[in-house]
Amino acid sequence: MPEEDSALVMQYAIDEINEAGGINGSPIEPIIVDAKSDMNVYAQKMRELILRDRVISVFGCYTSASRKAVMPTVMSRDNLLFYPTCYEGKECSQNIVCTGPLANQHSQELIPYMVENFGKRVFFVGSNYVWPKESNKNARIWLDDAGGELLGEEYVPLGSSEFGSVLNKIRRAKPDFIFSTVVGASDIAFHRQFKQAGFNAEDMPIASLTTGEIETRAMGIEYGAGHFLSAPYFQALDNPTNKKFVDGFLGSKYGKSGVTHYNMEETYNSAYVFKAAIEKAIDENGMENVTPRLIRDAAAGVRLSADVSPEGEVWVDENNFNTWLVPKIGQCQEDGSFKIVKTADSHVEPLPYSIYPDAGTCTAQGLKLPSGSIRKDVI
Amino acid sequence: MDYSWAPLMGSLVLGLSIASIWLVAALGLTIIYGTAGVINMAHGEFIMLGAYAAYCAQAYLGTPFLLCLPISFVVVALIGLFFERVLIRYLYHRPLDTLLATWGVSLMLTQGVRMIFGSSPKYVQVPEFLSGNVSLGIMNMSSLRILIVLMTVVLIVGIWYLFYRTYFGIKIRAVTQNREMAASFGVNSERIYMCTFALGAGLAGVAGCLFSALAIVLPTMGSNYVVESFLVVVTGGGPLVGSIAASAMMGEFKSFFSYFFNSTFAQFLLFVLIVIVLRFRPNGLFANTAVRR
Repeated sequence: MPEEDSALVMQYAIDEINEAGGINGSPIEPIIVDAKSDMNVYAQKMRELILRDRVISVFGCYTSASRKAVMPTVMSRDNLLFYPTCYEGKECSQNIVCTGPLANQHSQELIPYMVENFGKRVFFVGSNYVWPKESNKNARIWLDDAGGELLGEEYVPLGSSEFGSVLNKIRRAKPDFIFSTVVGASDIAFHRQFKQAGFNAEDMPIASLTTGEIETRAMGIEYGAGHFLSAPYFQALDNPTNKKFVDGFLGSKYGKSGVTHYNMEETYNSAYVFKAAIEKAIDENGMENVTPRLIRDAAAGVRLSADVSPEGEVWVDENNFNTWLVPKIGQCQEDGSFKIVKTADSHVEPLPYSIYPDAGTCTAQGLKLPSGSIRKDVI
Repeated sequence: MDYSWAPLMGSLVLGLSIASIWLVAALGLTIIYGTAGVINMAHGEFIMLGAYAAYCAQAYLGTPFLLCLPISFVVVALIGLFFERVLIRYLYHRPLDTLLATWGVSLMLTQGVRMIFGSSPKYVQVPEFLSGNVSLGIMNMSSLRILIVLMTVVLIVGIWYLFYRTYFGIKIRAVTQNREMAASFGVNSERIYMCTFALGAGLAGVAGCLFSALAIVLPTMGSNYVVESFLVVVTGGGPLVGSIAASAMMGEFKSFFSYFFNSTFAQFLLFVLIVIVLRFRPNGLFANTAVRR
């Protein structure tokens, strides 16, 4: 659902970079394609972009399914995907840079906060695909640590808008709060039917990993108010860089969405990670020799200072090319904005294999297995 | 888990609600398929247009939600009428071509709406009394779901009255049973088909308006409902009573399977069940014994 707005923010970021002189004086030339949320189209468009249009990097994808659909092409052509959203981890590809939170960064603060403030009894609801399931595995670990109790775990088919039976189960289980990894259109239906079924956010808040400013506006603010979200970015963040980003974007010709959103900010940051990385690659290798692989290598350790990144300083991990960031918890207010109720004390390390210690660790060369050997391109 | 009868009653009521949602989605398809034999692949998009009609009426004219229902009906009926006149009417005797043509229409409508309104979801507001919940001791149902059940009953009674108690209904049934024979008695079958198609489209519009409050308004929302609609019509076999029986059966099974297992597995079981039913009754539960074109 937020894909269209992310595409607009990407164009805004490219315009901003080009107006400031581009990459060593050359403007970035974007090629924009619409994959229509269809996995076959995703794979096909990725081939077109890499083989026909000969792009140096690709920015995009939202669901994990779409990422998994394009990665074989990206890897076999040794291109580079900037993936600007949250995902589950458990991958170690040498052709991707991710600017959103991994599952281990996402619920680490949220679950203890909810247990402390609302109670120990929790019900998990998610869409039935890989990201919610992996996120819930992580959440269960944090829940155990916090002494919480898992009353039930339900998955609904992706895109489903029928939550009657899930809500009946929640009514019987009487949890203190709900942990939701329902995504997209289903998420909107879930929040609406939650309120329509007579529940309210004061007695049983939903702690979500995805319900941000865009989703709240689409479902109607009265359905979203009072619920919680964990994200590295909120529109309401009070710092000069974010103010410049929000005012600049909403005032530009791309700003028709009317709000900014964690996904959009992660997209914006990915453009600047790209800029920093390609400039470094050009310095080291010369303009004509730059390849996607060199850009990726140069992205290791790239730091976006608080003057560039609206969410505050972030940097790309040198081993697994995910991003160190500060998770925050926001509560949706009556006007649809989020009030930040908790900010993590420090940056949290991205750990794609945090709950699979036996699988190995992700390094820049590939997944280092416990036996010491290295496997490349693990997705 | 608690297997006492209270949650089972809850599931029974929920099944009724799911059944009414699927039935109201399938009504338009039932009428068009049952009468003209047209398999309308654009049915989901007619539902989507109904939702967007409600959104437009509310956003631009400030129409209250309940008044959006008739507006959606009229708007989508007119759109259906347009497509019937320029396209479908040339294809009545070519069922495979209607399949392809209506599928084309569905792609056109999705993309057209996306171009006009964008692909971000739209918001339809419901009045306060519809955003709550009615609790009767052990049973709970949201007011909106009750409204959908009531609307479904109203629409079914209305259709039944139209088909079985009016002169126009006699003509529809005559054309359904044997088009040539009806024509030889002076029934203008082309006009009947036209009216039925518009009526079916309008019913899809009403369904879309109801779903806009329950779930989400998106250019692609139609695909969520079209599968269930087709299952209801195919399992039912075509006539109205078949669709009612099929949706009641499917809704209750879905609800009970979801109660005992989970939503995903429930969907799987339901589809298996439908395959088994169709294995033994390939023409559906209430197959039309009249001459099929």
